[in-house]
Amino acid sequence: MPSPAPEKPGTLRAEQIILFRIGEQLFALSSSSVQEVRGADSLSGGAREITAPGIDKVRQFVRRGPNTLFLVNGAGHFGLAAPEGILAFVLRNTRTALLVDGIERMTTMTRLQALPLSFCHEERQWYRGLTALDQTVVPVVRPEGFLSDKELMMLDAALPPRDASREETDIELEAEASTDTNLGRELN
Amino acid sequence: MTVSTELELKSFVLLRLGERRFAVAADHTAELVSPSRVFSFPHRTPGIEGVILRRGRIVPVCDVAEKLIGTRLTTRRFYLIALRRYGQRMEWVAIPVTGECELINAELTAASASDEPHVAAWLSHGGDVIEVLNLDALTPGLETLRVGFVAASQPGAETDCGREAEARP
Repeated sequence: MPSPAPEKPGTLRAEQIILFRIGEQLFALSSSSVQEVRGADSLSGGAREITAPGIDKVRQFVRRGPNTLFLVNGAGHFGLAAPEGILAFVLRNTRTALLVDGIERMTTMTRLQALPLSFCHEERQWYRGLTALDQTVVPVVRPEGFLSDKELMMLDAALPPRDASREETDIELEAEASTDTNLGRELN
Repeated sequence: MTVSTELELKSFVLLRLGERRFAVAADHTAELVSPSRVFSFPHRTPGIEGVILRRGRIVPVCDVAEKLIGTRLTTRRFYLIALRRYGQRMEWVAIPVTGECELINAELTAASASDEPHVAAWLSHGGDVIEVLNLDALTPGLETLRVGFVAASQPGAETDCGREAEARP
């Protein structure tokens, strides 16, 4: 039987992942990519509305000191018919707070298979690859894939002037200090 | 001077989609497997139903019936696991079929310029003239990738398909 490519021998290292749901769909995300997990309400309490043409998945943003986080509706991003999520993952080294429905569990994966080349559209930016867990295939999302550079530029252009009250900024900074969590370490 | 044409018999797998039969070069097929659970997840590539797990690999399921017979399959008996070329790389794709497959030897007639891109050649078998499929033209792949996604698919092994990307903490 012909085989497309031989399996490469080598030591596989485990990567800790968070399995989460958006609607009925299960996804995986490296726990080291998640800086904070918050209730969407607590995050959106200090959020402001934003409207950028063609970027319906983002309707709110949060200012955090000099930075701005955009709240991305995970269902809207993936085109799923699901209400806006109730949990927010603040993704490390990005400007994304991803709204999801819930955390399924944390686990480890030892193999990440590249997305088959048959998949040739936006999903190549969405996913790092696929992993098989308990005889189920789960897509492993790419944290930086939720907002493209072009989308970030458009969102930045749609931001209101930085006239937010001092009080709002202080509250958010305080909240950040108290909830910053490295899930990869703490839940290991 | 006489020019003789050497006719060479080649092996093909005949597959059935509805009432029609098509052929795939035998050296581009891997196995015929019973339908198993199709795992679906969000994506934007038309013609891909999802993936199946086969021998530890994740194999995309490409329903080619709509392109070939104009309708999607409502029933399927097997998946024909075939090799699809992506540049220098080869990957498995699972093609749903509606009946038993048959291994035959036949002579080829070359496709003409007016044939559809998915027609690699023609063969004659059992009174039928049968299309030999060019899976590279029939199933989606990076050649249809929009420019914006090329950059995302280049660096690292994770998107260099066919290679198993090792999980990295």
